[in-house]
Amino acid sequence: MSTRLARGGRLIDRSAAREFTFNGRRMRGYLGDTLASALLANGQTLMGRSFKYHRPRGVVASGVEEPNALMNLGSDGRFEPNARATLVPLADGMQAASQNHWPSLEYDIGAINNLAARFLPAGFYYKTFIHPRPFWKHVFEPVIRRSAGLGRAPRDRDADHYDQAYAHCDVLVVGGGMAGLAAAQSAAASGLRVILAEATGHWGGRAPVDGVTVGGKTAEDWTAATVAALAQVDHVTLRPSTNVFGIYDHGYVLAAERLSGDGPRERLWRIRAGRVVMATGAIERPLSFAGNDIPGVMLAGAVRDYVVNWAVSPGDRTVVVTNNDDAYRTAIALRQVGLAVPVILDARAQADGALPEEARALGIRVLTGHGIAKVKGGRQVTAVQVCLQAGEGAVIEEIPCDAVAMSGGWSPAVHLWSHCGGRLLWDEGGAMFRPDPARPPVTHDGSAMVIPAGAANGALGAADCLVDALAAGKAAGGKGQKLAATSPEERPLEAVWLMPQGAGISLREKMWLDPQNDVKVSDVQLAAREGYASVEHAKRYTTLGMATDQGKLSNINGIATLGAALNVAIPEVGTTTFRPPFVPVTLGTLAGEARGEIFQPLRRTPMHAWHEGQGAYFEPVGQWRRPYCFPRAKESHAQAVAREVTNTRTNVGLLDASTLGKIVVKGPDAGRFLDMLYTGVMSTLPIGKCRYGLMCNEQGFLSDDGVVVRLADDTWLCHTTSGGADRIHGWMEDWLQCEWWDWQVYTANLTEQYAQIAVVGPKAREVLQALGGIDVSREALPFMAMAEGKLAGIPARVFRISFSGELSYEIAVPAAQGAAFWEACLAAGAGHGIMAYGTEALHVMRAEKGFIMIGDETDGTVIPQDLNLGWAISRKKADFLGKRGQERSHLANPDRWRLVGLETLDGSVIPDGAYAVAPGVNANGQRSTEGRVTSTYFSPTLQRGIAMGLVHRGPDRMGETVTFATTTGASIAARIVDPVFYDKEGARQDV
Amino acid sequence: MSEPVTPLAGASLAGFATVRETGPHGMITLRCALDAAPLAMAVKAAVGTGLPAPRRIVTDGTCGAGWMSPDELLLICPRDQVPTALAALARELASVHHLAADVSDARAVFRIEGPKAQQVLVKLTPADLAALQPGELRRSRLAQVAAAFWADQDGFTVVTFRSVARYAFDLLANAARPGSEVF
Repeated sequence: MSTRLARGGRLIDRSAAREFTFNGRRMRGYLGDTLASALLANGQTLMGRSFKYHRPRGVVASGVEEPNALMNLGSDGRFEPNARATLVPLADGMQAASQNHWPSLEYDIGAINNLAARFLPAGFYYKTFIHPRPFWKHVFEPVIRRSAGLGRAPRDRDADHYDQAYAHCDVLVVGGGMAGLAAAQSAAASGLRVILAEATGHWGGRAPVDGVTVGGKTAEDWTAATVAALAQVDHVTLRPSTNVFGIYDHGYVLAAERLSGDGPRERLWRIRAGRVVMATGAIERPLSFAGNDIPGVMLAGAVRDYVVNWAVSPGDRTVVVTNNDDAYRTAIALRQVGLAVPVILDARAQADGALPEEARALGIRVLTGHGIAKVKGGRQVTAVQVCLQAGEGAVIEEIPCDAVAMSGGWSPAVHLWSHCGGRLLWDEGGAMFRPDPARPPVTHDGSAMVIPAGAANGALGAADCLVDALAAGKAAGGKGQKLAATSPEERPLEAVWLMPQGAGISLREKMWLDPQNDVKVSDVQLAAREGYASVEHAKRYTTLGMATDQGKLSNINGIATLGAALNVAIPEVGTTTFRPPFVPVTLGTLAGEARGEIFQPLRRTPMHAWHEGQGAYFEPVGQWRRPYCFPRAKESHAQAVAREVTNTRTNVGLLDASTLGKIVVKGPDAGRFLDMLYTGVMSTLPIGKCRYGLMCNEQGFLSDDGVVVRLADDTWLCHTTSGGADRIHGWMEDWLQCEWWDWQVYTANLTEQYAQIAVVGPKAREVLQALGGIDVSREALPFMAMAEGKLAGIPARVFRISFSGELSYEIAVPAAQGAAFWEACLAAGAGHGIMAYGTEALHVMRAEKGFIMIGDETDGTVIPQDLNLGWAISRKKADFLGKRGQERSHLANPDRWRLVGLETLDGSVIPDGAYAVAPGVNANGQRSTEGRVTSTYFSPTLQRGIAMGLVHRGPDRMGETVTFATTTGASIAARIVDPVFYDKEGARQDV
Repeated sequence: MSEPVTPLAGASLAGFATVRETGPHGMITLRCALDAAPLAMAVKAAVGTGLPAPRRIVTDGTCGAGWMSPDELLLICPRDQVPTALAALARELASVHHLAADVSDARAVFRIEGPKAQQVLVKLTPADLAALQPGELRRSRLAQVAAAFWADQDGFTVVTFRSVARYAFDLLANAARPGSEVF
């Protein structure tokens, strides 16, 4: 059993105890503990259950690579699943719980899968659940999904808030170990803006644990001095607890900073870096021996970390098993704190480097050429069975122990290098992939964007590591530094991918490659036999490396196992692709401030507050919120719409039309420009007059519409749809800047400068006359004319235009006076029964009049001719945008779906989007169709359903009946009629 | 006759920096070839300032002229002086192709003030604030909306579109939450 040692622990503060609970049990740790070290200190080696077989699992590592110790943290609004215990700083009152077990961690019913393990090999789900086909979606997948998964998804709204910030630097150094500190020092010395990000809360990395000497000082002292010196430099920013998790094009880097205190919980840093120095260190590899997943089996480096950093003993007796010299440091460290190391099993034939000799001198038994046949134990290691590495696993000796420290060598943490396309090469001597200096990820000028430093570059020994890091600092633009590190010399490792090398199947199916996803050596070998030769395929088939640790431990061992099974060399197998994020990131951090009220920008008109005060029901129109209707008391929305329509047709209505696009176009060539943009002629429009216009794209398809007003000899005002304002302004600038750059035209988007209010209905004129200031009589201001002046003392432009078929004025006033003008209209119209109406009443009234709406009658495949708008297309003009498009044979063909009115025989309302069915089936075996509904409403004016639709040769088929299919299976018969349902002569608007 | 109102009626909030809406202001967008001979005189006549260099703004506290693009200036003056400023532009630029429009009400203007004002913007704009020059008018964005800003006195002036004034203010206020300082 693991426990806390009486002395030591360089990262913990024994004067600051921290209480926490694990699965409801009270435990105690210290400030500086991680959750993992605190659990071990409390004797809690069992920390979770595996994903597939529910095998008992303990912590293996001490950092980001940890696959097993995943916890549910907190509760309610602060619940967080899948937290890596090795990365979570212990906090007072922390509530941790293990995952993936039921009913408890100790007695887990899912462990029955473990007994059935031989029936759950790689690809089991694919093979078993493929037939009958429909069962996958409806039966198998839901059941499998429920039983799978580690953490629970949070149910409550996140109670914390999250921050984001931008940062810019010349050099971003990732990793605050010896290499990162040295590179940062170098970069800082030449005056560069440097950010140094360290994932953990402490500096120095492994060097202090491994007893390295830097510049004549202990690593501990050198680290403290260096950090203190860097902190004094203005252009250097130190960011501990900041995990760089993704590198993207052009030096764009994302990092997550863990925060403490009452402020935000985490902060996402969006960093723009000139160069990135990757000093991310290396990750130790496990060895593949039977039972290597039993709690108590840990990485040798991690055992050392727990002993030195947190004064945690993994157990009284720890067997060390290795293929390299570095693991001897663990044996020595254990012995130095008074713990027993019964044996060091070294798979190599010889071990006579400085560290093995030191271990022998301490009296530790070293067995070379030996390995582990099998680890014994259930929820905890009890013994190891020793065998010859060269053999098949015959047990020579059984050694009782509480823990096993294993080391298969170290793999550079090259993930960030690979995110943006950096390639790797296989280093045969070190048995590792490391960054290929000839093929780095490149930045805008083709130079290397990421510069690997130290262990991350494969320079594993302390002396080499520091030399490499200083070179990296220089390569990033830094100054050379005179600094050297020393540590005992190490002899080469010997690659070991299977222990013992001749292990039979019964051992291989107990050798875990990926403990988190429960992938074993035998699974990868089976995948190879079944033809999965590509590492990417084998990965997906076996799920190797696909868990939340993304294969940080399993990757190289899996590739080596696959290579051996396929009889190809490791570099030929290649690696899978490393993608961001390097470590899982909380969604809240990515969302940042974008939640609640500021999830996205809502655009509000000057009258928005009034609408809210009236209880308006809003609908989104782009990012605007427009009132759909203004329900009163217990009215339904439909009742409110009917009231608003009827009141507008009989009295007077008030519409907030401020969202309409308003673009001023001015210049000597403005008329010519608008003639090219619109299908009609705008250059001949008299000053003070309005004209309806259509805009098409180059293909000829209808893109936007609106009323154009000529304000002056060289100035026009173009109204666009609400959703089209920014797009059409961009469209205008595109043509002016890229194609007709020599035309003298300027545009300005004045949409938000004006509040626009439509006063609509038979009594509209009386309302404006009551406001006073502008002559709005029929003679002074006829239909399609404009007047300027002051209404109710507010500067105004009055356009006599109508989208409802009624007598109608649209009035533009400065936005800052929009709300006041609106109130003035309401006051002036009170005696005339004035009521505000919303967008739905607007829609109903325009449909009653057969007016089209961009986005309803158009969908990017419709030309004006389809909508009977040929009258708005000039035949005289030599050219306009869309003219040639419309001449193409398919668009010029009369055999198209065209706009008609639709009157149901029974007066009902056709469902929106319904299709008119025709006899027969099409080439895909679908029912043939001959039209579709584009707008459909209940008309309060006509007291029946009305619709517009595009019907095959529709205008030629007046009076015919077509049949619309509905989703309920019923069909609706409708007669083809003129789309103008109300006031066909247009008498009502021309008064 | 009604008084002009700003979109948020002068809202303000004190976090680790103070955020407040200001205004009403007078603003004119002027599109013109910036090397046109009469331009300097026209701007002088309209708002009393000189011409800004590219990406710069010249202000005298109440009036100013900012460079918005290679053919666009933003002129700032008291709101009630906009008609005379427009008239001055029309007069001085009569011989030059240009477009001048009143955009006073199309904008919302905010001040971020206090020693930590920069930290509010650091959270919201991808612009490199450490590289912001004195008198530099930076057109960028705040989270999801367009914004222009410049540093003056002990803070920043931020200009956004009027319709998103509430969003912009809420963003700034959220970024200024006490306890969420970046440095």
